[in-house]
Amino acid sequence: MARREEAKARQMLLGTLDMLILRTLITGPVHGHTIAHAIERTSQEVLQVEQGSLYPALHRLEDRGWVVSYWGISENNRKAKYYKLTAAGRKQLVVETGRWRQMVKAIGRILCEGR
Amino acid sequence: MRLRRFFHRRAEQAQLAEEIESYIAHEVDDNLARGMSREQARRQAYLKFGNPQRVLEEQWQWNTVGVLDNLARDLRNATRTLLRDRGFTLVVMLVMAIGIGANTAMFTVVGSVLLKPLPFREPQRLVMLFERMTSGNSPYTFNVVAGGVFQHWQHEATAFEQMAVHGTGGYNLSGTGGQLPEKIEGTRCSWNLFSTLGVHPAYGRVIVASEDTPNANAVVVLSWSLWKRRFGGDRSIIGKDIVLDDRPWTVIGIMPAWFSYPDPETQVWTPVRHETTPVAWNALNNHQFRVVARLRAGITREQGLTELITIQKRLNLEHPNTFALSDSANLQPLLDVVVFGYKTPLYMLLAATACFLLIACLNLANLFVARCAARRKELAIRSALGGSRWRLIREQMGESVVLALCGGTIGVFFAYLALRWLVRARQDIPRVDAIHMDAEVLWFALAITLLSGIAAGWLPMAGVTGTRLLQTLQEASRSFGGQGKAKLRKALLSAEVGLTMLLLISAGLLLKSYERLRAVDLGCATQNILTMRVNLPKPRYADAAKRAAFFEQVIATVRNLPGVQAAGIGVLVPGQGYWSDDSFTIIEHPPLPPGEGLLAIKRAAEPGYFAAMGIPLLRGRTFYDGERLDRATSVIVSDLLAKRFFPNEDPIGKHMRVNLTDHPVDYEVIGIVGDTRHLLTQEMKPTMYFPLYSGIFGRATIVVRSREDPTGLALPVQKLIAQIDRDLPVSDVLTMEQIIGNETLNASFDADLVVAFAGLSLLLAAVGLYGVLSYLVTQRTAEIGIRVALGAQRGEVLRLMLVDGLRPAAIGLVIGLAGGVSAAKLIRNLLYGVKALDASVYLAVSVVLALTAGVACLQPAWRASRLNPMDALRAE
Repeated sequence: MARREEAKARQMLLGTLDMLILRTLITGPVHGHTIAHAIERTSQEVLQVEQGSLYPALHRLEDRGWVVSYWGISENNRKAKYYKLTAAGRKQLVVETGRWRQMVKAIGRILCEGR
Repeated sequence: MRLRRFFHRRAEQAQLAEEIESYIAHEVDDNLARGMSREQARRQAYLKFGNPQRVLEEQWQWNTVGVLDNLARDLRNATRTLLRDRGFTLVVMLVMAIGIGANTAMFTVVGSVLLKPLPFREPQRLVMLFERMTSGNSPYTFNVVAGGVFQHWQHEATAFEQMAVHGTGGYNLSGTGGQLPEKIEGTRCSWNLFSTLGVHPAYGRVIVASEDTPNANAVVVLSWSLWKRRFGGDRSIIGKDIVLDDRPWTVIGIMPAWFSYPDPETQVWTPVRHETTPVAWNALNNHQFRVVARLRAGITREQGLTELITIQKRLNLEHPNTFALSDSANLQPLLDVVVFGYKTPLYMLLAATACFLLIACLNLANLFVARCAARRKELAIRSALGGSRWRLIREQMGESVVLALCGGTIGVFFAYLALRWLVRARQDIPRVDAIHMDAEVLWFALAITLLSGIAAGWLPMAGVTGTRLLQTLQEASRSFGGQGKAKLRKALLSAEVGLTMLLLISAGLLLKSYERLRAVDLGCATQNILTMRVNLPKPRYADAAKRAAFFEQVIATVRNLPGVQAAGIGVLVPGQGYWSDDSFTIIEHPPLPPGEGLLAIKRAAEPGYFAAMGIPLLRGRTFYDGERLDRATSVIVSDLLAKRFFPNEDPIGKHMRVNLTDHPVDYEVIGIVGDTRHLLTQEMKPTMYFPLYSGIFGRATIVVRSREDPTGLALPVQKLIAQIDRDLPVSDVLTMEQIIGNETLNASFDADLVVAFAGLSLLLAAVGLYGVLSYLVTQRTAEIGIRVALGAQRGEVLRLMLVDGLRPAAIGLVIGLAGGVSAAKLIRNLLYGVKALDASVYLAVSVVLALTAGVACLQPAWRASRLNPMDALRAE
């Protein structure tokens, strides 16, 4: 029972993780480490990216054609796999951002009413 | 997308590992920048990341398509197991290949020959019409149609859109430019045959109505193969003349290569009215044509038939005095007529091959049961540890499916070879050229392959339930377990033996029928006789004297040929077919009532024919050489004719009035000869022989008898004929044995194939029996050891084991007998001279099966009885 709930929670996170990754990529191609760091730093360490979910998420996005990947050399002079947003990905980001805002608004309304 | 990742799992893993490594390296860099020691930085990086192996494993699982992964593993395991025992694998694969190959081939043949619609426009509306005689002394259900009757049908019946007529006719095609003359088969057809069928010529045009008249210029449509073979595929032949029967014919069209109606032998199509005298064309009782018709859209076959019958009834009322005018009509779909006589044999062969495949599957299942039993403990342990039953079954099926797939692949190749051979060997099968393997056939092959693989693998596991598996764990090593398995094996074996029995019975009946057929007495000599046919063309041999002279000259020179023991000439020898009959009256008898007549097969013979052919002269004499032309007024009758039409009197000296040409002549009966069969499978019929030297007959078969193999005489005789007439083609150069062989081809083919499959099945059944009993003996080694130690007699043990092995065989035998009876009834029409319930066949087959079973069981049973009790008890 507990396991199923936990899975559910993670699934919800997965949806938002995809959006966050896409958002991070909007500034240009970056590698996995930078993505994780960017999300953590920008959220002021509130959101922690679990590595177990970062790579499946990246692969999923790649399968859907929202990002493409290539191997490159990082700023630290190391080999790293870079991810780059595609046009479809850009569109998807807009859609998901819109949906997220709507949901936040809706939830906000409910919570305000409750108070 | 996921499938792509699945198939590149390893590469994906390597990439991910590298990516993770890169991530950690970056984290270490960051940590170093934060001022940590290298050791510390590394540790913190790994702490932050977590377990890389977990990420990798999750990724692997994410990329894995479960079903495919399991399938691949099962197949891999199966292949390994099979490779371990190569001999077994190879034999089983071969058996499966034969089974699947034979089924695929037969499926192809049945599909292409029996089921595929005819290649004509809306073929389901095409029917063939027949005359039908319901009363009188010669009832016919499907008789060919008289020209006069056809004309009535054509003009009066409204159910048909079009109706066309065709008959056969051979032609002598003269050689041009150094080519040899050749006898070719032709179809004389009404001009609308092509439009009735809805076909168009490849080049040129087809016959038009104005050409289908007696006095029109002679035109001819060529078949594709004749055009290619004799005229080099030159399109300029259209409009030019070719010489058929010494007359010029204008080529007007060439039919496409696929068009082979009414049969593949037809090389030319000529207008029927041009080739038939008005008298013959208008006669109501000269049955000689086939009629093909196209039903109007929306009209049923029954409606069409009703209309024809009405017309026929009315014709009978209008012409009460016409002899042999049919009183009814019949109708059949064209496809049924085209494949007539091939439906039952082909379906029977398909059933036989299906039986064989089933037996092969049962045998395979049986072998797997044994293997399963040997692994019983292992399976029980795995199942106790949580291995699902489904998983275990799947493993078992993996093996059989791999076997079946390999067998199936080889089988399809076998089928391809078999079909190529069949097409060449059996040109007599209608539409044989349409036989080819298409996608549908390959799907069928795949389907039966998977089905047999799954069935063979699933059967052994069917009886295994979780609890039963666990019970085996509790069995002590000396308990006599596995009885459940043995029961399953025995049941499988009974089924196998039953099916084998069914095949054996069919094979036995067909074989006996074939032997009966070969043993049929044609009524003449069949050894060392060579025959060849000539057909004297009308223009050059227009008058009777010329024809008589030709035959006299041929026989005189052929008789002097070294090696020739006897020679003769007749119109058709026994076994060459019915050809024709004629009605006659007997002068000395009171006149028959109007509308009635006497009928006998019509033949002609030269004086030496009966001696050369070995047809015994029972009474009287043969013709004299001098009985020629107008003086040829004698007739020789067959024994049956004498007995039937001259009961209780001496026919010799009596006179028969027959109209062979355009006026009746009274022929004096001078001799009685033995009866012969016009076809091997047909009854003897009354026959009358007229003098060949009357010059009335232009077609003849030259018969040469020699002391040894006569085939060497073929060339010298043909040379002699060429010396007499360079332009006369000789055809059908065949020994009597070949004539009989051609006629029994179908029967021998069916019998051979079914016997082959029955034999293979018997072998499989024997292997199965042997396997089961060996297994039982091994299972009961300890028990037997104790029995022997306690004083059981060796004979007793032998008997016990034999009974154990033979019981399933006996059950199978009884089931097979019952099934065989029904199978035999289905193939009743294929049997000649053998009843479907021929006791001797059933008995012989039972004995063969029982003996085989006995031999197969004897060795293991013997082994059991020889067991040393000490060894047996120590065995475990």
